[in-house]
Amino acid sequence: MYWDKVHETMPRAELQQLQLRRLQAKVREVYEKVPFYREAFQQKGLSPESVRSLADLAKLPFTTKQDFRDNYPLGLAAVPRSEIVRLHASSGTTGKPTVVAYTRADISLWSEMMARTLTMCGVTSHDVVHNAYGYGLFTGGLGIHYGAERVGAAVIPMSGGNSKRQIMLLQDLGSTVICCTPSYALYLAETADEMGVDLRASQLRVGIFGAEPWSFRMRDEIEAKLGILALDIYGLSEIIGPGVAQECPQKNGLHIFEDHFLAEVVDPVTGEALPDGKKGELVVSTITKEGLPVIRYRTRDITALHHETCACGRTLVRMDKVTGRTDDMLIVRGVNVFPSQIESVLLEVEGVEPHYLIVVDREHTLDDLEIWVEVSEQVFSDEIRTLEALGRRVRAEIESVLGINARVKLVEPRSIQRSEGKAKRVIDRREL
Amino acid sequence: MAAVSILKQVSVFAENRLGSLQAVLQALADREINIRALSIADTSDFGIVRMILSDTDLGLRALRDAGLTASTTEVLRVELPDTPGGLLKAAVRPLSEAGLNVEYIYAFVDMPLEKAAAVVKVDNVQKARQVLAAET
Repeated sequence: MYWDKVHETMPRAELQQLQLRRLQAKVREVYEKVPFYREAFQQKGLSPESVRSLADLAKLPFTTKQDFRDNYPLGLAAVPRSEIVRLHASSGTTGKPTVVAYTRADISLWSEMMARTLTMCGVTSHDVVHNAYGYGLFTGGLGIHYGAERVGAAVIPMSGGNSKRQIMLLQDLGSTVICCTPSYALYLAETADEMGVDLRASQLRVGIFGAEPWSFRMRDEIEAKLGILALDIYGLSEIIGPGVAQECPQKNGLHIFEDHFLAEVVDPVTGEALPDGKKGELVVSTITKEGLPVIRYRTRDITALHHETCACGRTLVRMDKVTGRTDDMLIVRGVNVFPSQIESVLLEVEGVEPHYLIVVDREHTLDDLEIWVEVSEQVFSDEIRTLEALGRRVRAEIESVLGINARVKLVEPRSIQRSEGKAKRVIDRREL
Repeated sequence: MAAVSILKQVSVFAENRLGSLQAVLQALADREINIRALSIADTSDFGIVRMILSDTDLGLRALRDAGLTASTTEVLRVELPDTPGGLLKAAVRPLSEAGLNVEYIYAFVDMPLEKAAAVVKVDNVQKARQVLAAET
């Protein structure tokens, strides 16, 4: 099912013409209206005329999270305040949040992208959408909300929290679609279980999960526990919010809406462009957004691109599920460790819950990696040696995947904090 | 004939930290469940609390309701004379001679004077019972 068949299945040559025309216009616009871009272009000896082909995109300077901070709150905006109708902000882990601005046309574009997203997942006007993404400054809640309304589905603006009430309403209102973070989906499944409710017996058919990295194993678990099709959504507020890319039921990567968002993957260290299939940092340029357009934004998300046409018929480039972030990469004893790698190991060890905590500490001069894993009833034994063997198995698996030794600490079920937003997976106690 | 029976033991996972044993005992006390025999096996990170309870099913439910990980295992209850060598003669030696490996042993607490009883965990509970029941 397509929302916008023309653009979603456009032949590549035609799509590239459209992209170039839009890129050229946007580059001219930011050059004229945003001092930050004019200066950045001039420093590289570039002007709007420098963009003659799509390949010239690679010559343009990057925009980073730091540039948003340096221009806080709205120094990167390209329109007068009177044209701005909405502001959102993303949680800044350090210092000030990142503020983004939308014009009326941007809100419409966002709704359109989210309508594509939902339609791609099979959502129609007959559906009831249980939206447990947070409403507020975070773009997740309102993004889904506007898209669902544009599609004509009934949307329940649940937001996060009060999980028992969520389970009740989900059943009573006959929700067919659920949208939340993947860790919250599992938390809801656990809560339902405690309440004696089997979510597989509910009307739920499909789930759209994102806003944090999650593994294929976690998808399998969500699909089994909720009895639904679980699809991955991608977006970030600096670009527009959710609705930058969406996975279709082929489960073959996420389609980037590249008639509006140009995607590149670069080496996170050198900034050099990487070919299809090579993992690196996703860089996105918005070529139609008005309020706060960005050129070559470094997303810090790790993925790879694929240009072959998908079996669903869309010609839009696909990105792999994001497997980590350049900034939550931990370096432990010189080895790059992504929390997602540890998660996939745990999901392969039978009976281990996918809730874990990575604790990194430094004893004397050596990094100490400790993984806290919850013991489920299936693997619990009255014999010490059986539990110790479980710990050793996890440790051996981690060593074979990461090449480093970790201590595995078995902890009581539900003792690792469940987050209703983005799950906290890492505690780094090293004082360097 | 030694008095031997098969019992259900309740085991609970407990992290090695302040308050975790208290949570186990509180859950049982709240439902007025008595502990007839108790042993705690501990490692540096976690422990396993093994118990024979006055009501196994109710106890298991109380522990799970308290959010604890608990399970049941079949073990033997062996009555012994409370004399030097009692445990050796009534349980350990016969099992060893029959080639049955003892995982762990602990004692019942509520026995009358001069009597004792032990909880014995072996792999093959049925066979162990036959071996011990045949002991005079």
